[in-house]
Amino acid sequence: MPNSKSAYSFSNKKEKFDTHIIVVWVDNEAGVLARVVGLFSGRGYNIESLAVAQVDEKLKISRITIVTTGTPQVVNQIKLQLKKLVPVHKVADFKREDKAVIFKEMALFKIVGPNNKLERALKACKKYNPVLLDKTKKSNVIQITALRREIDKMSKDLKKFGLVSVSRTGAVAMTRGADIFK
Amino acid sequence: MSKLYSGAEIVFKCMEDQNVDHIFGYPGGAVLPIYDELQNFKSIKHVLVRHEQGAGHAAEGYARSSGKPGVILVTSGPGATNVVTALTDAYMDSIPLVCISGQVPTHLIGTDAFQECDTTGITRPCTKHNWLVKDINDLAETIHKAFEVATTGRPGPVLVDIPKDIQFQKTKYKKPKNENKLNGKSHNHFNQNSIDQLIDLMSKSSKPIFYTGGGVINSGPKASELLRELVYATGFPITSTLQGLGSFPGDDNQFLGMLGMHGTYEANNAMHDCDLMINIGARFDDRITGKIDEFSPNSKKVHIDIDPSSINKNVKVDLAIVGDVKTVLSSILKSLKQKKSKFLKSNKQKTSKWWEKIQKWRSVRSLDYIGSEETIKPQYAIERLYELTKDKDSYITTEVGQHQMWAAQHYKFNKPNRWMTSGGLGTMGYGLPAAVGVQVAHPKKLVIDIAGEASVLMTIQEMSTAVQYNLPIKIFILNNQYMGMVRQWQELLHDKNYSESYTAALPDFVKLAEAYNCVGIRAKTPEELDDKIIEMLNIDRPVIFDCMVDKVENCFPMIPSGKPHNQMILGPKDQENKKITGKGKSLV
Repeated sequence: MPNSKSAYSFSNKKEKFDTHIIVVWVDNEAGVLARVVGLFSGRGYNIESLAVAQVDEKLKISRITIVTTGTPQVVNQIKLQLKKLVPVHKVADFKREDKAVIFKEMALFKIVGPNNKLERALKACKKYNPVLLDKTKKSNVIQITALRREIDKMSKDLKKFGLVSVSRTGAVAMTRGADIFK
Repeated sequence: MSKLYSGAEIVFKCMEDQNVDHIFGYPGGAVLPIYDELQNFKSIKHVLVRHEQGAGHAAEGYARSSGKPGVILVTSGPGATNVVTALTDAYMDSIPLVCISGQVPTHLIGTDAFQECDTTGITRPCTKHNWLVKDINDLAETIHKAFEVATTGRPGPVLVDIPKDIQFQKTKYKKPKNENKLNGKSHNHFNQNSIDQLIDLMSKSSKPIFYTGGGVINSGPKASELLRELVYATGFPITSTLQGLGSFPGDDNQFLGMLGMHGTYEANNAMHDCDLMINIGARFDDRITGKIDEFSPNSKKVHIDIDPSSINKNVKVDLAIVGDVKTVLSSILKSLKQKKSKFLKSNKQKTSKWWEKIQKWRSVRSLDYIGSEETIKPQYAIERLYELTKDKDSYITTEVGQHQMWAAQHYKFNKPNRWMTSGGLGTMGYGLPAAVGVQVAHPKKLVIDIAGEASVLMTIQEMSTAVQYNLPIKIFILNNQYMGMVRQWQELLHDKNYSESYTAALPDFVKLAEAYNCVGIRAKTPEELDDKIIEMLNIDRPVIFDCMVDKVENCFPMIPSGKPHNQMILGPKDQENKKITGKGKSLV
C-alpha cells in the first residue's frame, strides 16, 4: 500500500514533493479568502504564494491563484477539500512544469544610486519586460513580470546596483491557446 | 403589500417552514429580540439548557436519534464560544446542526463591544459553512440555505450569526426555494460500471469483508435495511466502526463485532487478512486502521462514501464509489439480483474456508474478562444492563473513555439511530446532554447515558435541564474514580505513573441526584446489581445510577499504538508479552 498522511502513524517512505498551481473560482463574499487560506493552514498545507482579485463584476466571482507544494496525495486532498467549500465554484490544478500553462509574477524594484547604476539596473532587467514607473535623479522604480525564480534571481542581482526595496505579487496563471481551465 | 416581519420573527418563520419542533438554547443580551418572539410560535418548543455546550450536544443527540437537524439558539460572545466544542464534535461525526447565534449590533462589530467575539471567524474551521447576516433582506434566504447545507451531502453543523439590530429590522419573508442545487456540493453520481466492477470483485473474492460506518446511519433507516439485505444476500462477514453500530444487528452470526483499537480479535484479524474490503460509509480513521503501512496488506479495497475528499485520504483504494449509501446499496442489490441471482449459493463454497478461519478467531473470545464476585466488573455491568433492557428499544448515549468502549463491545444494537457517541472528537461530557436531546425527540423511550464519573462531571449541570422538562433519562455511571482510559494508557505507556488521572474528591452521586431533585441509586456488589438496575428502569424520572466498579480494570482487546491489526493485546496476561516500546510510545 502507498503510505498515508495520517498524523498518528509514522511513515518510512518519503514521497516526492511537487509544486502545483491551484486556481480557485469563488464567490467574492466576506470571509471567503479566510476560508480558503484557513483550510490550508488548518490542514497543514503550504502556501508558497497567493494572488486574488475579483474577475467578474456582475457575478461577483473572484479568482484565487495559489502556489503550493505537496505529494500527489496531498495535492489531491487540497483540491477535494477546496471543492467542498460552499462559495467555491471551480478548482483547477496543474504542475509548475506544465507547458500548456503560462504563469507570471510581477515585481517592483526600487533602485537608489548614481545614474550609471540606475541604468545598469534597468539593463539587467531587459529580459523581463521592464517598465520604468518612476524616475528621479537618484532613484528608479522598475516593474518586471517574470517567473518566480527569475524574480528571485533579479532581487539578488540588483543589490549591487542599489536595490533598496522589493514588492512582488503571487503568481497568476492562464492556459495557452484557445483552451480555458476546466 | 405583503406583511413585514422583524428579523426575530423571520428566524421563527424559517424554523416553521423547516419543520423544526424543538430548539436547544440559552438566552442572552444579543438574542433577546428572538427570545421575545418565542411565545408567538407555538409549534416550536424551546429547551433551556444550563450551558451552551449542553445545548450543542443535546441538539446532536436529537439529530442522531431522529434523523432531523438539531437546532441551537445562543447569544453572542461566551454563548457562541461555549458551543464551539459541540459544533466541532458534530463536524467530526457528520451530524446536521443549525446554530443561530446573536451578535452585537452591526455598528458595534469590531469595536470590542460587550460580549462581542468574531463568531464566524472562530467557528469557520468547525462548521460546513457559516454566515454573518448584515442585511435583513438576506436573513430568510440565509437560514433556509443553512438548513440545506447542514442536511445535504455529508451532513454537518452550520452557524448563522445575526446582529441584534438585524433582529429588530423589518422586511418581507421569503419562503424556502425548492431547488436542490447546492452549488454542486452534493455528490451522488456514480456509474453502473463501478457497480459492475464491485460485483465482479465480490464474486472473485474468497476472503471478503464489509467494513461499515456512520455513513450508513446518516443515509437513513432505509440504508440499514438495504445493508442487511446485501449482507444476507452475499453471506459475507461484516464489521462496523464505533459510529456504525446498529446498522446491522449486533447479535447476528455474520456480524464480527466492532473493529479498531478496541475492536474484536475476529474483526481486526479479518480486516488484516481479507482479500476484499468493502468500506461503506466509513473513513479509514486512525483508530480503525492502526499502523497504516501494514493495514490490510493483501486486499483490494472498495470505498463507498458521499464525500469525495474521504476517498484516498488515509488509505488508497482500488475502487471508489462516490454517492449516498442508500442509493449505492440499492444499485448494488439491483445488479446483484440481475446478474448473480444465485450469489449466495455459488459463494458459500468459496468463502467457507474464510468462515472457518473467522470461527477460529472467534473462539479466542476476545471480549471475555475475568469475572469477580466481590466487585462489579464494568463489562459485567454493561452486560447486565444490556440483558435487562434489550427488549425495550432503548437509546444509548455515552461519554468518552473506557466505559464508552465497553458499551460498544458489550451492548448489542439491532437498529440504527439507537447509539449516540462522540467518536471523532472524543468529547467527554457528550453523553448526558445528548441523552437530554434524545429524550426530547423520543419522550416515551428508554434513554440511558452510559457514563464515566469523570466525563459526566463535565456537563452534570444538564441534570437540571432533564428535571425541568421531566425527561426521565438514566445516567448509568461506571464509577472507578479514575479517568479510566487515561489511567490505562499511563499503565501501558508511562510506567504506571498515574499523573493526575485519579479524582480524589468526587461528589456523592446519590446525594447529587437528590440535590438536582432526581433519583440516586448506588450499586456496590455484583449481587445487588440486577435489582438496582430494575429499580432504575422502573422509575419514570431522571436517575443517576452510581455503579461502583473495579478501579483498575483495563479495556481489552486493544491494538497498541503503532501496531497493525494482527498484533492485538488480548488481555492482562498478554499485556506483559507485548509491551509498547520505541516509537509506539509517542503516538496517541
